[in-house]
Amino acid sequence: MPQVFHRSTNTFSRVSIFGALFFIAAATYGLALINRSAYVTQAGVARAQPIQFSHRHHAGELGIDCRYCHTSVERTASAGVPPTQTCMNCHAQIWVDSPVLEPVRASYRTDTSIRWTRVHDLPDYVYFDHSIHVQKGVGCATCHGRVDQMNLTWQESSLQMEWCLDCHRNPERYVRPRAEVFDMAWEPPANQLDLGRELMRTYKIQRLTDCYTCHR
Amino acid sequence: MRAVLVRVALVGVVTLAGGGCRRDMQDAPRYDPYEVSTFFKDGRASRHLVAGTVARGQLHEDAAIYTGKSADGFVSALPFPLTHAVLDRGHERYDIYCSPCHDRVGTGAGMIVQRGYKPPPSLHEERLRKLPLGYFFDVMTNGFGVMPGYAPQVPEDDRWAIAAYIRALQRSQHASVDDVPPADRGALDAPAPGAPSGVKEAGHGAS
Ligand code: HEC
Ligand code: HEC
Ligand code: HEC
Ligand code: HEC
Ligand code: HEC
Ligand code: HEC
Repeated sequence: MPQVFHRSTNTFSRVSIFGALFFIAAATYGLALINRSAYVTQAGVARAQPIQFSHRHHAGELGIDCRYCHTSVERTASAGVPPTQTCMNCHAQIWVDSPVLEPVRASYRTDTSIRWTRVHDLPDYVYFDHSIHVQKGVGCATCHGRVDQMNLTWQESSLQMEWCLDCHRNPERYVRPRAEVFDMAWEPPANQLDLGRELMRTYKIQRLTDCYTCHR
Repeated sequence: MRAVLVRVALVGVVTLAGGGCRRDMQDAPRYDPYEVSTFFKDGRASRHLVAGTVARGQLHEDAAIYTGKSADGFVSALPFPLTHAVLDRGHERYDIYCSPCHDRVGTGAGMIVQRGYKPPPSLHEERLRKLPLGYFFDVMTNGFGVMPGYAPQVPEDDRWAIAAYIRALQRSQHASVDDVPPADRGALDAPAPGAPSGVKEAGHGAS
């Protein structure tokens, strides 16, 4: 009986068996990459807003403190988005004829809310609280990046569970003195780990990795 | 055989139907802060208090604390003891909420004023230095002239702390050597902490 397959097919079959393994591994790795990519997490994508409000202009160049507008960030879970009244504090006198600000004035006149597009949105099954992070020395910039240099706001971090946990496991890598929380330009010093451990002692920071910390 | 098939089909249908009823936990049926509501006419999920309701602990019985005024005019003392912590708090809050216009030392040349806002008077004016503490609380609460009120952004305690800090600012600009305790006067001639030593020498030039 003649050989149906040529000898070389042996090599083919071996290669394809190992190739399949390799393919599965590569596909898994690829999927993991896609899942962490900006395409899925929307990190780094500036959102269109009803008004061209610029943090770069207000927080960066004018030097207005975050808390002037996000008043509740030290006290409550939500950082707070400023009401139109806060804009009118200044814009009742500044750029009063500017068409860019017409939606703000219209909102003030008619007592309707400005509908900002949400940039950060955790799923509702996750509990997040700003106040504890601010009190324990996690800076705005650690999670939100250099907001003071953004024209339209984007999300800097992935907001995935692995991102939260990375810090909850090793807070010493990220915490800073409380007085520096609102300083957007603060850079970790060379001895961040020593400083971090020291701060963990003074602020009594725990490593909160139990599921019920965030899923309650 | 037929009966078994029917049972299997039933289980399948029920499972699929159950899956269809899945509630997406991503967006639970509750309102988050600032969420849009389709129920209320103005579209806001965050509601104002119904007129006339008073939350526990917010009766505001003591008018002096919440208005800065008593029967005989503006009050002149803090409603709580003055400590270093109060001044530090006032300092911090002043820098956040007032310095954009009044600038950090209170002369009224803040960033927003430089961009065209009406310049406020210097807080070191003779007239303002004589006014009682309650007056500053009142200006912050209700605004003054074109200046908006800050009650929505700054809670009462903080407004009092800011008032106390303004007093401290005013004194700082009119301080004399006599205000420094004799024991500390030697420190006045020492270089300012953190000042690079070269600067001092350059300033004193020939000496
Ligand atoms: C003049 C007022 C003002 C100041 C000062 C300000 N913000 Fe904002 N912030 C806003 C407004 C209005 C929005 C909503 C529009 C947007 O997302 O850009 C916002 C949105 C944000 C968001 C995104 C919220 C979302 O939708 O998820 C972040 C994060 C943020 N601000 C951080 C900061 C930080 C950090 C600072 C201090 C450096 C700061 N802001 C200072 C007014 C302000
Ligand atoms: C503390 C004062 C202050 C507050 C509060 C404030 N702004 Fe402004 N804003 C300014 C000043 C000053 C300018 C113009 C700066 C200049 O002349 O270069 C400005 C400029 C702008 C512009 C012009 C476009 C640009 O960025 O160049 C927009 C739009 C704007 N503001 C929106 C807002 C909105 C929306 C809010 C409320 C969330 C707000 N501002 C709150 C001070 C303020
Ligand atoms: C530990 C990380 C972390 C830090 C530190 C942090 N944020 Fe956030 N911030 C978040 C997350 C996560 C959300 C999304 C919350 C949600 O969707 O419920 C958010 C949302 C916001 C929002 C949108 C409104 C809201 O509360 O949902 C604003 C505004 C904001 N942050 C401002 C700030 C400012 C200002 C600071 C600095 C004081 C700060 N954040 C510090 C993680 C952080
Ligand atoms: C850069 C560091 C950092 C990141 C990122 C971070 N956290 Fe935290 N978180 C902390 C620290 C520090 C604490 C305080 C721990 C303590 O109290 O001992 C904390 C505490 C908490 C608490 C406890 C609050 C309470 O009242 O018990 C919750 C909930 C929480 N974080 C949720 C989150 C979630 C959800 C995320 C991701 C979206 C997140 N955190 C990301 C540092 C971080
Ligand atoms: C520090 C906060 C934090 C802790 C602790 C935490 N999670 Fe999460 N978890 C999150 C966040 C944030 C998300 C949302 C991730 C996203 O949107 O991609 C999440 C999502 C999930 C999801 C849904 C995943 C999906 O894609 O639908 C599951 C399941 C989950 N967590 C299980 C757990 C379990 C089990 C534990 C304990 C071992 C735990 N989590 C501890 C923050 C946390
Ligand atoms: C948006 C700019 C702005 C901010 C922010 C601001 N002010 Fe003013 N303030 C003014 C202006 C303008 C005047 C002068 C008003 C007039 O004469 O019409 C003024 C006047 C005053 C006066 C003098 C009243 C008098 O009798 O002449 C005091 C006191 C004062 N402000 C305190 C404060 C305090 C305290 C804060 C912080 C909580 C603050 N201001 C924040 C703009 C501002």
